[in-house]
Amino acid sequence: MSNPAPTGLAVDDLSCRRGDHEVFAGLSCGAEAGGALVLRGPNGAGKSSLLRVLAGFIPPSAGTVRWKGEDIGDDPGAHRAVLHYVGHLDPLKPVLSAAENLTALARLMGGQILVVEALERFGIAHLRDLPVRFLSAGQRRRLNLARLVATPRPLWLLDEPTVALDARATAELEQLIADHRAAGGVVVAATHIGIEIPGAAVVELAGRRRRAA
Amino acid sequence: MSAFWGVVRRDLLIARRQGGSSLLAVGFFVVVAALFPFAVGADPATLRGVAPGVIWVSALLATLLSLDRLFQADFEDGSLDVLALSPLPLFMTVLAKVLAHWLVVGLPLVIAAPLVGVLLNLPLAAFPVLLGAALLGTPALSLIGAIGAALTAGVRRGGVLVPLLVLPLYIPTLIFGVAATAAAADGLPVAEPLMLLASLTLMALVVAPVASAGALRLALG
Repeated sequence: MSNPAPTGLAVDDLSCRRGDHEVFAGLSCGAEAGGALVLRGPNGAGKSSLLRVLAGFIPPSAGTVRWKGEDIGDDPGAHRAVLHYVGHLDPLKPVLSAAENLTALARLMGGQILVVEALERFGIAHLRDLPVRFLSAGQRRRLNLARLVATPRPLWLLDEPTVALDARATAELEQLIADHRAAGGVVVAATHIGIEIPGAAVVELAGRRRRAA
Repeated sequence: MSAFWGVVRRDLLIARRQGGSSLLAVGFFVVVAALFPFAVGADPATLRGVAPGVIWVSALLATLLSLDRLFQADFEDGSLDVLALSPLPLFMTVLAKVLAHWLVVGLPLVIAAPLVGVLLNLPLAAFPVLLGAALLGTPALSLIGAIGAALTAGVRRGGVLVPLLVLPLYIPTLIFGVAATAAAADGLPVAEPLMLLASLTLMALVVAPVASAGALRLALG
């Protein structure tokens, strides 16, 4: 089944349980370096839960997630250093400026820090000294996504990344994802609405009905 | 290590921009202590007797005031996810946040302690020991408080639970903090309670970050 030298993400027979409720079970999918996965399914199908399992925030109830052949449960510290997780919330502090927010977030992630490039990439360089409480929802979203540029990491887990983005910013995000994949990165995105990720494998999550494992 | 100081700087910057955290804690500390002369009477001898206890209880309450937001704010805006993905182990992130909390709340309380001592007629000879005991003891208040704050980070209106969880754990620090201050006021040897106070803080330094990190991991799930 698995390749001799896995270069990306491999999910094998994965199940997730929240309380008594089985969110999904027997899920297998994967993406090698440069690949992408798009998660689809109705509300509550478990797209966000799957992303949080892939990030290592929720332990799976069964099955494995491997990154470059290593089970992420074996060394959670190493796994969390390879990935970016963009959830529903924008982790921004209203009292800090755009640049201060991004610098603080980038410093938390460690490694190379490219704050100016990140702001320019999303067309928000002119907002750099404005406190975030004055930014619109779309501008906050762009600032949140700018994290992806500010500290390069190979695995991106994106939960509805296009919410509140306008057409231009969505196109910019598509370009960013394409560039990231061209450089050997892997993207997993949960999305309902139009974002073009060419050549991505689609993972359909069925929702409440338990699938045959 | 730069990620550690990154967390400290971030929290200090947020506290500075929001303003008032230190002033609020110190104001609360002084006002609570100033209530006691009205409650127990302004007789100098009575005040002198209760001063060590009142100073420490007021400091505990003032520390509690700001604890509920220690992790909750980061939980609510998704920052906790980012903190959890830092190359820094989560317990070090907790330690960095606790250090920032102590600098914003604990240190101003230490500095304000002599003022409260004067209000309550604490003998002047006890002031150096009061300062020393406060310096040794207040870090334990921030550290132990972090456990309560982490346990309630993901709980709606969890802030009201923090005092219930944390105040009982503050009792040992309270006992030896008061013991050192009272011994100094009575001219008795203070080395023993001070060393016990320091050992409590060291113990909290070992236990609290790991316990808080475990609690935060539950909030992530």
